[in-house]
Amino acid sequence: MPSVRIPTPLRKLTGDLEVVQASGHTIAEVLHSLDQAFPGLKERICDDAGQVRRFVNVYINDEDIRFLEESATPVKEADEISIVPAIAGG
Amino acid sequence: MNSTSFFSNLKCRECGRLYPKQAIHVCDFDFGPLEAAYDYEAIGKVLSRKVIESRPQTMWRYRELLPIDGEPTVGTEVGFTPLIKADRLAKFLGIRELWIKNDTVNYPTLSFKDRVVSVALSRARELGFEVVACASTGNLANSVAANAAAAGLKSYVLIPADLEQGKVLGSLVYGTQVIGIHGAYDQVNRLCSEIAGKYGWGFVNVNLRPYYAEGSKSMGYEICEQLGWRLPQHTVVPMASGSLLTKIHKAYKEFIQLGIVDESPFHIHGTQATGCAPISHAIKRGTDIVKPVSKPETIVKSLAIGTPADGYYAIHSMKQTGGSAEDVTDEEVVEGIRMLAEYAGIFAETAGGVTVAGAKKLIQSGHIGANDSAVLCITGHGLKTQEAIVGQCGAPRLIAPSLREFEEKVYAPDAAAAV
Repeated sequence: MPSVRIPTPLRKLTGDLEVVQASGHTIAEVLHSLDQAFPGLKERICDDAGQVRRFVNVYINDEDIRFLEESATPVKEADEISIVPAIAGG
Repeated sequence: MNSTSFFSNLKCRECGRLYPKQAIHVCDFDFGPLEAAYDYEAIGKVLSRKVIESRPQTMWRYRELLPIDGEPTVGTEVGFTPLIKADRLAKFLGIRELWIKNDTVNYPTLSFKDRVVSVALSRARELGFEVVACASTGNLANSVAANAAAAGLKSYVLIPADLEQGKVLGSLVYGTQVIGIHGAYDQVNRLCSEIAGKYGWGFVNVNLRPYYAEGSKSMGYEICEQLGWRLPQHTVVPMASGSLLTKIHKAYKEFIQLGIVDESPFHIHGTQATGCAPISHAIKRGTDIVKPVSKPETIVKSLAIGTPADGYYAIHSMKQTGGSAEDVTDEEVVEGIRMLAEYAGIFAETAGGVTVAGAKKLIQSGHIGANDSAVLCITGHGLKTQEAIVGQCGAPRLIAPSLREFEEKVYAPDAAAAV
């Protein structure tokens, strides 16, 4: 099962779990399965059209999915997914 | 003046949710950046050209449009730097009219960052902070250190360890805590974000960023006022996070909305160094998705931000105004610094070289018309980044203190006449 790393501001929704297991063969499916397990999580990560929000980054094994196939990016069993809010500064 | 009522809330730029005016910078819901919101109707009733002109020549003459509650207490003398008509440089670059907004002489630390720090630290005091800090590529560190020292606030500045000596010394001298990080700016930034979350310090460009960023608007207001209360046709702005460009755009829009300037077509262009040009490259690719640069490689350290926080908004400001982006090599940066010095008498840091060299390319490519008028935003002083040009401007000719040697080696009237 792919694992998903949850950032601090969203851990209220996962009962303080930092890493959770999810199922699915694409990022979209993984996010859907997360929302089944932790209702409300998906709307924090994705906009109404289902796209990952502008100031949220989703990485699969340290690669930003925006430079892969976005929410259609394939996910394998051993993959590690990270959800990381953008950082201000500069 | 009861100014509290003009600055109403913080507001998420993405979803519009409103937040109280605290030391917060990110929307709880969608992680979008928070921005200061104002009651423009109330401002319109009290702010006019005449009122502004009656006030001291500092950035605080636009007080109603800056996000603090009371009167400013830090950096009250900042801003209102010269706007210079640069005719010789205009001719050299092949443009009808050229202006330099010269923030190399901003008070007190010779860069535009004094504007943002003045607002951020005034607000930090209102919110009760005793320790202030920043993540910086140098200029911001200098300004936080100086202004905090003057205000009696304890400060920490966190910088990449490999910055120019002038920028490191230009922080140390104020007695601040200078922390050099073995890493690039983006890593410094990430660390500061963690420290801000854990210790509750006032980080000017992290948890105080909504206040800090608004300070940059004052550069846009001043440009309009100094042009005789009109919008410039073209504005060329260097980009690191992209924040300055978006805030100059906001300043122009606010002045139009308030009727302080008439609406006329204006174009905002952004420039970066090729070795770290994520925003410029996105524009050239025709997208608004900014691909981070993990290892910036350029002499322009002040613009070396690989993950620009306002990249998306900067791209949209340029698109909305019919502007464009350009990036320049390190060689072109040095050439730009020299052009500005030799044709306008202004010694700028590397970011200024980026702006001048970028403007040259934009004029050559026709993005800025040869018959148009442009303002170049020059944001920091050249004495801070001397390493960039050492050995590239020649060397003094050395002679003995003798008239004969002077005439033999330097200048002989007869020989000069014969030439």
